Amino acid sequence: MAVFALRRLALLLVSLLLASVLIFFVLRLLSGDLAQVIAGVQATPEQVEQLRHQLGTDRPLLAQYLGWIGGVLTGDFGRSALSGVGVSAELRQKLTVTGPLVLGSVVLSVLFAVPLGVLAAVLHRRRLGLGITATSQLGIALPTLWVGLVLAIVFAVWLRWLPAQGFPTAGWSRPGRAISSLVLPCLTLALSEGAVLLRFVRSATLGVLSQDFLRTARATGLTRTGALLRHGLRNAALPVVSILGLQIAALIVGAVVVEQVFTLPGVGRMLITDVGNRDLVKVQGEVLLIASAVLVIGFLIDLVHRLVDPRLRVVG
Amino acid sequence: MTALLEIDELTVRLGDRLVVDRVSLGLDAGDRLGLIGASGSGKSITSLAVLGLLPEGAEVTGSIRLGGTELLGRSDRELSAVRGRRVAMVFQEPRTALDPLMRVGKQIAGPLRRHRGLSRADAAAAAVALAVDVGLPDPERLVRAYPHQLSGGQRQRVGLAIALAGEPELLIADEPTTALDVTVQAEILALLDDLVTRRGTALLFITHDLAVVAQVARRIAVMAAGRIREQGLTEQVLRYPADPATQALLAAARATGFPALTRKRTP
Amino acid sequence: MTGVWRSLGGRIGVVLVGLLLLTALVSLFWAPFDPTFIDPRVPWAAPLTGGHLLGTDGSGRDLFSQILVGSRITAFVAATATAMAGVVGVGLAVLAAVPRRAGGLVGQFIDVLVAFPTILTAMILAAVYGGSVWTAVVAIGIGAGVNVARVTRAEMSSVLGTDYVLAGRAAGASTARIVRRHVLPNVAPVLFVQLSLVLALAVLAEAALSYLGYGTPPPTPSWGRMLQELQQFVTVHPLAVIWPGLAITATVLGLSLLGDALREATDPRLRIARTTHAGAHPVPRPEVLP
Repeated sequence: MAVFALRRLALLLVSLLLASVLIFFVLRLLSGDLAQVIAGVQATPEQVEQLRHQLGTDRPLLAQYLGWIGGVLTGDFGRSALSGVGVSAELRQKLTVTGPLVLGSVVLSVLFAVPLGVLAAVLHRRRLGLGITATSQLGIALPTLWVGLVLAIVFAVWLRWLPAQGFPTAGWSRPGRAISSLVLPCLTLALSEGAVLLRFVRSATLGVLSQDFLRTARATGLTRTGALLRHGLRNAALPVVSILGLQIAALIVGAVVVEQVFTLPGVGRMLITDVGNRDLVKVQGEVLLIASAVLVIGFLIDLVHRLVDPRLRVVG
Repeated sequence: MTALLEIDELTVRLGDRLVVDRVSLGLDAGDRLGLIGASGSGKSITSLAVLGLLPEGAEVTGSIRLGGTELLGRSDRELSAVRGRRVAMVFQEPRTALDPLMRVGKQIAGPLRRHRGLSRADAAAAAVALAVDVGLPDPERLVRAYPHQLSGGQRQRVGLAIALAGEPELLIADEPTTALDVTVQAEILALLDDLVTRRGTALLFITHDLAVVAQVARRIAVMAAGRIREQGLTEQVLRYPADPATQALLAAARATGFPALTRKRTP
Repeated sequence: MTGVWRSLGGRIGVVLVGLLLLTALVSLFWAPFDPTFIDPRVPWAAPLTGGHLLGTDGSGRDLFSQILVGSRITAFVAATATAMAGVVGVGLAVLAAVPRRAGGLVGQFIDVLVAFPTILTAMILAAVYGGSVWTAVVAIGIGAGVNVARVTRAEMSSVLGTDYVLAGRAAGASTARIVRRHVLPNVAPVLFVQLSLVLALAVLAEAALSYLGYGTPPPTPSWGRMLQELQQFVTVHPLAVIWPGLAITATVLGLSLLGDALREATDPRLRIARTTHAGAHPVPRPEVLP
């Protein structure tokens, strides 16, 4: 197990490195002369040269990359090319919004998808099961941003129970208001991505229901439900755990859109703004952060999967 | 001897296929009946019907009585009280019959706790004792193993332990040795023989292999295309086969060169 | 083909997709109003007034016409992005499955790229080139293509390991020939399934990208961008956002139902399973966009 973990960790590190290289070089190569872009068409060559030196873009690309990555590893994501303000502090602040958003959505979507998915599988021939399956099919087709809009209309505009947009400027020092700002966004993501998760849970449970060992369990006197609870669910959980990694990645990405819909001051919205401003230094860091989060989660899920399945443990 | 199991005119339809056609069988307490037929003859379905474990969508008519009580038409909950306690089953494929994520000791202890009302610690100890009974080597260590760490024969022993945990009156063995190596088959058969003898359990043994059934069953019933062709004492049926199905089975068995077909076990 | 029609899902799928194609086709020749025509006299007209079937938006543009013409962009981006995903996917898969050592590296590359969300790719492209239809197409094409590559590569590897192929190699057949004659036809069903999934997801992705501003720029109507434009006034005119959302949902639903039905009808394994237990196992959907 330890050997596997180390090997997988090495793989993660390589992937992170590769991702950072890709992000950096693609952005730099595609954007051409950053200084020129910022200085504008009117600037004189001397001004551009000075800006280039200030930004450090007159150094060879490799040196720039190493400088950047060195900074990232020590927690310094550089300075905005436009405003000159440090990026790391802003990132940390935005994470206090995005973090809970993603976490809340994961928890909600699991709470919603797992029981309904199991139910849909167990009752797959009855009307309730078919109904759940059909509804989840519809749920998958609904665009997340539209779900957000509709929820905002219903709960914020019509019922006025929850805020339609924004996050309190005081942040988490007013926890009640902070949470109420996150309810609709989390719900949006949970329903939207939860529909996909539901289908997987259903499929995994169906797969288990037809297995021989459930029949053996029933032959020992367990009822259908008893056999499912004692033996079935754990076995069904395995493929679901693998999928959970992909789901969380999708949720992280979904958070970017949802932050825009609900005007939440999170990393996603920051990224969107910076892309609009062509502030490439910030975009680099933010994209790397998001991509790294996805990669790390994939790594953790792999470890969990390995831990949980005894058949994998033996081979090491 | 009192009739333990009585199957009357059992008919099973799966979809539009008639799988079991008016089958009637009887088994006394402590007796051994071999149900023999080629694959697809409906023998496994018959046995699953006794336990009420048929696939969904199966239409069943007829009567299955256990010690006088009718089993057909009962709810899953009512039947689950019978399964494991009065009737138990050992399945054909040891590779898939056990929960891959649970240690085998725990899988044996589960029915022990439920049927004998033992505490967790007592059940764990009883599981080890049962593992010894079924001849599992190094039982203290192996009960902590997962199914994939055991050999086919060992898994089948575990299957027997699970089935016998509730001390049933009737054990149904559905081709328990078919998926095993030839050398292991003999061991498992001997084990089965020994177990049911010592406990006085009735045995319904299902197989397609004449040589196997001849060793274990006192009476046999030959099945083909969902119907019982003939039944009677093993020695008589095999010596004087009346039905072409039986004759075909005998011919096939002889062709594989298995000797001592008519050697009868002393009960 | 008849197999698709047999299931309820398949029928609904065909109808919905047919509707989309019909709409796109019709929009080439006719629309009740010019969707880009700004009419300050009738902002936020209610549905069924003044010839506006669904009403108008804040600039007086007819909503129905916008939806009608917007279907063109949806169909175009979905089709083109899927085609690109197919090419990218197969290309990468071949590179990963065929060469011995270099293939492993490419495989690694693919695994990293898979973790890279499509929306980020779109953002990077938009940051440099600005938002456009092609930004969306390329981003989706790459994002989905990498996922297609991952699944297809596994399939290719297993085909390459079959005795049939080994015999061919031993007989001296060139790698290109083997790929062309054995690998590609055998992975075609898996590829087909993946691409049908990509189609549905491409529509969702295009909507989200347009909403964020990385897709179709104004004035060309796009369902996703309509949602963004209408959102600003949602507190006073909430009902307008229903129409583009409905259009997107109906299209995606139709495509995924059709895809499911086609898959069940063509996969021989599933045909047997269908008679014993319900529900085909959905293939993990490639992470494209929420």
